[in-house]
Amino acid sequence: MNQRIFRFASPQTFYPLAGQMIPLFMTLAAVLCAVGLYIGLFVAPTDFQQGEVYRIIFIHVPAAWMSMFIYVVMAFWCAVGLAMNTRLSFMMALALAPTGALMTAVALWTGSLWGKPTWGTWWAWDARMTSELILLFLYIGFLSLHAAIDDPRRADRAAAVLALVGVVNIPIIYFSVKWWNTLHQGASVSITRAPSMARTMLWGMLIMALAAWMYSIAAALMRVRSIILERENAAEWVAQLPEVKGQ
Amino acid sequence: MTWGSAAEFLAMGGRAFFVWGSYAVAAALIAAELLLLRGRRRTLLARLGRSLRHKHDDS
Amino acid sequence: MSGSLASMFVAVLRRDLLLALRRRSDVLTTFFFFIIVVSLFPLGVGPEPNTLRAIAPGVVWVAALLTSMLALSRLFAGDFADGTLEQLALAPQPLGILVLAKTLAHWLVTGLPLVLIAPVLGLQFDLPGGALWVMTTALLLGTPVLSLVGAVGAALTLGVRGASALLAILVLPLYVPVLIFGAGAASASVSGMSVAGYLSLLGAFLLIAAALSPWATAAAVRIALE
Repeated sequence: MNQRIFRFASPQTFYPLAGQMIPLFMTLAAVLCAVGLYIGLFVAPTDFQQGEVYRIIFIHVPAAWMSMFIYVVMAFWCAVGLAMNTRLSFMMALALAPTGALMTAVALWTGSLWGKPTWGTWWAWDARMTSELILLFLYIGFLSLHAAIDDPRRADRAAAVLALVGVVNIPIIYFSVKWWNTLHQGASVSITRAPSMARTMLWGMLIMALAAWMYSIAAALMRVRSIILERENAAEWVAQLPEVKGQ
Repeated sequence: MTWGSAAEFLAMGGRAFFVWGSYAVAAALIAAELLLLRGRRRTLLARLGRSLRHKHDDS
Repeated sequence: MSGSLASMFVAVLRRDLLLALRRRSDVLTTFFFFIIVVSLFPLGVGPEPNTLRAIAPGVVWVAALLTSMLALSRLFAGDFADGTLEQLALAPQPLGILVLAKTLAHWLVTGLPLVLIAPVLGLQFDLPGGALWVMTTALLLGTPVLSLVGAVGAALTLGVRGASALLAILVLPLYVPVLIFGAGAASASVSGMSVAGYLSLLGAFLLIAAALSPWATAAAVRIALE
């Protein structure tokens, strides 16, 4: 069992495997997105309180969930890399980060657009949005640290330590921001609380979340293939690749 | 089906800016990510191909 | 050299304190940075006492965060440059303990002075007596956490291009809980609410940081030394 796992830990073996998986995940993402959007835009009814604006949740909530999920997965691969010294784990973490940051950015943007018509301000410093903003800073920190260190091995390991410190802190940060928010609020309003859900709304959200998940996997696999080529550029197996020979 | 007409659908109860603004930006960011990924791969493959040809020319 | 853990801890602590004392200007500049930053806010916001009283805890704490950022780059840089850090990493004692000693020395020299001057600055903002005490206690509990958590960032960015700006990006998000509860404690005191919860939580943060961050810092130091 160990042998099989470590074989896939080699970039050379993983590269073609990832190449085969990408179309699968992209197709799943596209199909799920189509279904989810159909439910969200055409089947789900108008909300009693929020009218049509609530339909933003079909983008906002999946993006927010993915932003947090990707960070945890990224931290997981960092931990594996530090513990087992496998290069590919670090590459996978590095591949996940930009997609995670993108999901965070989408969550922040859509959350702001949802907040303005519903509660009157573009940015309301509520607990979830503020935590999401800090999560974006954590992603940016990870990518900045990695970019600032020239030696790839040191960059991988330093960023990995940072990611682990971040993942431990995220619950503490969320709890603190929640406290801060309830303390300073006049009216108790939860900016991004979803309306009490009709079943179709929930389904739409879940399917879009799955679509986002499939997409994230595909994007990360695409990115990791480029990272592998960049890092292994001197290797013979890279030189033998049809896509390289055909250049 | 909740919409009476296409115009209703696009109007989103008067909140078109917010709803479509959200969907459009999300789509744009994802498209940008995919384009950037494709560009990165292309540049990389071209660079690898060039350096291989130079190696063969030198030898 | 005696191999005892305690004596090595004390030796590292003493050495760092002596070095800091010799370079007094570094210490004093960070101290004055703190004072100046705090004093800038009334100039930007206006001298209205009610406003100042409301923003005082936040202002003092943000200034403390920024000052801590500024001072952190010196925590390991000197020893990294002259090879002492490598020696510490090779020592038989656990690197985490030695790092803890360095962090303690760093806090004594850059954090403790902030705690001591804070009541005076609080008076500038017309904070009532009780709130002054609470803010000082909160800073006493919180500034060590800033040093401990910041030490991880300092070790990660050793010798890196643009280290100080990068350090700020890395560490300021992690400072948010301490900021929220530290400033919250003083604000609660001003509003007459109970501060026990805040101070207990800050104490808990301190214990957790003291227990965990030296090991993360040690790991980061080893990575930087490879």
